[in-house]
Amino acid sequence: MSARIRVPKQAKRGEVVEIRTLLEHDNESGWRRNDEGKIYPRNILTSFVCTYGGVEVIRGDLRRGVSRNPYFSFWLRAEATGELVFRWEDESGKVFVEKAKLEVV
Amino acid sequence: MRRFGLRVRTGTTRRRFVAGAAAGALAVPLAGPVLLRAGRASATQADLEVAIREITRGARPQEGRVKVDAPPLAETGTSVPVTISVDSPMTETDRVTAIHILLERNPEPDAAHFSFGPRAGKAEISTRLRMFAPQRVFGLAAMSDGSFWIGSIHVEVTLAACVEIDVK
Repeated sequence: MSARIRVPKQAKRGEVVEIRTLLEHDNESGWRRNDEGKIYPRNILTSFVCTYGGVEVIRGDLRRGVSRNPYFSFWLRAEATGELVFRWEDESGKVFVEKAKLEVV
Repeated sequence: MRRFGLRVRTGTTRRRFVAGAAAGALAVPLAGPVLLRAGRASATQADLEVAIREITRGARPQEGRVKVDAPPLAETGTSVPVTISVDSPMTETDRVTAIHILLERNPEPDAAHFSFGPRAGKAEISTRLRMFAPQRVFGLAAMSDGSFWIGSIHVEVTLAACVEIDVK
């Protein structure tokens, strides 16, 4: 499982930029059955958080309506050069973290 | 049998949608009775209203300010792209604090919630949803002044995300 992130390398101070994220994850709902009728065990992503310079941009409290390989895109206001941290957590307790740097000019 | 049952209910949804659209509002008043039925595969209008009221703590959301974008027709319901944006200046004192995504005919109407921190640049979120039937996608926005706003779009789904779902 891996994460794909799209963050602009540079932004002007005050500029609003789009951030795109995708985590490769089955995000199994517990509703799906295999050919023998057996349910695939539920293990969904429950949380997604993006921080920028340690300050929260967006926090997702996720339920079963989100598709497999959860995709999120959103906007942040560039303030100062800093690190973006993306964190996902699933029901098994597994945590996925990805980082990116945004340079503000 | 289960599949057939689901299709019948799907038809009902369409009629309800048309009725709701004609009324220009949610099809059933939010104060309507809560009907809890066992052994069903998808949510009812009552489930949707319960989910909304849980978020708003009983308040009735106002219609407007929330725009929900999605393709009118999705070939499969496994991954339907949806963008919800809210008309807001997103200043420190006048902002959207959260966007809730609700699906009226999914087994669980409550799809996802997003809260916006101080560094959010726009009150907008795009994601991809699982949809079990043709239905309305609702965006419910919570504002910093305590008000709630709602908007929706109808998405026609040719093949549901997973018709082989078990009854609850």
